Amino acid sequence: MPSALVIARRELRGFFDSPVAYIVTVAWLLVSGWMFFSTLFLLGRADLRTLFAPSPFSPSMLLVVLAPAVTMRLVAEERRSGSLELLTTLPVRDLDVVLGKFLAALAVLGTALVFTLIWALTVASLGSLDWGPVIAGYLGLLLFSAALLAIGTLCSTFTDNQITAFIVAFVASAALYFVYWLQFFLPSGLAALAEFVSVSSHLDNMARGVVDTRDVLYYLTLGAGALLLAVRSLERRHA
Amino acid sequence: MSQPDAAAPMVEARSLHREFGTVRAVNGISFRIARGEIVGFLGPNGAGKTTTMRVITGFLKPTKGAAFVGGTDVAQDSLATRRRIGYLPESAPLYGDMMVLDFLEYVADLRGVPAAGRRDRLREICRRCGLMEKLGADISTLSKGYRQRVGLAQAMVHDPDLLILDEPTSGLDPNQIVEIRELIRQLGREKTVILSTHILPEVQAVCSRVIIISDGKLVADDTPTALMERESGSVVRVVVRGRGGAACDAEHVRTVLRGVDGVRSVAPAEHEPDGALAFRLSSAGKDDPREAVFLALAGSDLSLLEMHREAVSLEDTFRRLTRGEGGARA
Repeated sequence: MPSALVIARRELRGFFDSPVAYIVTVAWLLVSGWMFFSTLFLLGRADLRTLFAPSPFSPSMLLVVLAPAVTMRLVAEERRSGSLELLTTLPVRDLDVVLGKFLAALAVLGTALVFTLIWALTVASLGSLDWGPVIAGYLGLLLFSAALLAIGTLCSTFTDNQITAFIVAFVASAALYFVYWLQFFLPSGLAALAEFVSVSSHLDNMARGVVDTRDVLYYLTLGAGALLLAVRSLERRHA
Repeated sequence: MSQPDAAAPMVEARSLHREFGTVRAVNGISFRIARGEIVGFLGPNGAGKTTTMRVITGFLKPTKGAAFVGGTDVAQDSLATRRRIGYLPESAPLYGDMMVLDFLEYVADLRGVPAAGRRDRLREICRRCGLMEKLGADISTLSKGYRQRVGLAQAMVHDPDLLILDEPTSGLDPNQIVEIRELIRQLGREKTVILSTHILPEVQAVCSRVIIISDGKLVADDTPTALMERESGSVVRVVVRGRGGAACDAEHVRTVLRGVDGVRSVAPAEHEPDGALAFRLSSAGKDDPREAVFLALAGSDLSLLEMHREAVSLEDTFRRLTRGEGGARA
């Protein structure tokens, strides 16, 4: 088995041995479920837009909080306990360490997302649901989560303190999330830039059912960039 | 995997330097360690033992110089050298949330130990490390001694050529220390072992060679026996009293003793019963100063009550070599 998967399997077991995975899943289902169902019957539309669409009070905003909570311990805890020395003197590339940890975090948040399929099924039983936008929305939410988790993994490499890792990741993610709504106060050039860098604008497109390569590429670039920086940050131990 | 070079020394350090900011942790250390040696790194806390080990394992890069394992530069091909090393970091940092056997399986997975025969191999290692009754225990519930053994077992899963053990017996009780030393001695028959310690009898008990590091520099590199012989002068303990049971002045006696040929230093007096005073003298080189001391005292107003030559321990040697340079440490 590739080292990254061996590491991911251990991390995943760690998530489910500790309360983290359960708390995150329950918090996600309760809060986003309430956000979703409280408006479902008011709007009377058979779609899942409120689950996917970004707004300052939305399920995706909740992910901005939950993703750093999942990733905060990944590397910080190993730095604190010293086991990072053990791990990085095994014949394992730093890339495998980072990827393994990231994949475990993605599996946790992915599981939480999968549970919301029950709502899609509920809506489908109440009215005629167009599955196309639902699939696009889920893809968007997954890419969005992956990018946030990559940022969280990066922040966890900076420190041996989980709380610091959480706060830094949360502030960075929230900045990327809210800059979307800042565009209305900015001159047009800056507004376009704000829209481009924001993690929410790209999710907005996909929530409408539009899968644009640019949006997909944006998330992939952001995620891969953060993970590569995390590898560099791990390498700094040598210096 | 790179082909191990059979002619190359197992470990070689070439003028290693390692700085942390302005602190020079390792300041130009060079040595070669051949296959099958058990080498003890000895030095006061903060002398640079752990840093040197971390450079060999590839955890730290040297600021200057290079470390080689089996002829391969650690900084160039760290993955290849890491495969050949089993490493127990200081204070055995492990995953507390894992069970002992799961943890060893995890390390074996990452080390690419083949699945065939792995179970038997892990059981054999656990038996040798005395872990059989703890296989299913959470590592966080283990005592320091057991954690240390898990750390040792972890370093052995892939049957490495080279074991690097940073303070392998710290935190163990005397019985466990004896067991672990026996294990290290056994391992040393087939493998190269580098261990660090500040317990001197450990070096005498286990190692075929001692490297003493002080203040980032290598100050001695020899077999424990040769080191003691080379570095030791004689230490002689004398007990004196004034003629006819009279009390005597400590400073006066020290002056007399210092004047004896071959005596290098005289420790301050210890008080003995009945007004007698005890002194420890050390002499330079291999000369035995006892006769000269006897004659000098016979010609003075002092009576010699006792005199014997003390065996010089590695501890004395260690103190002498590491004092002054690294700051005096008791």
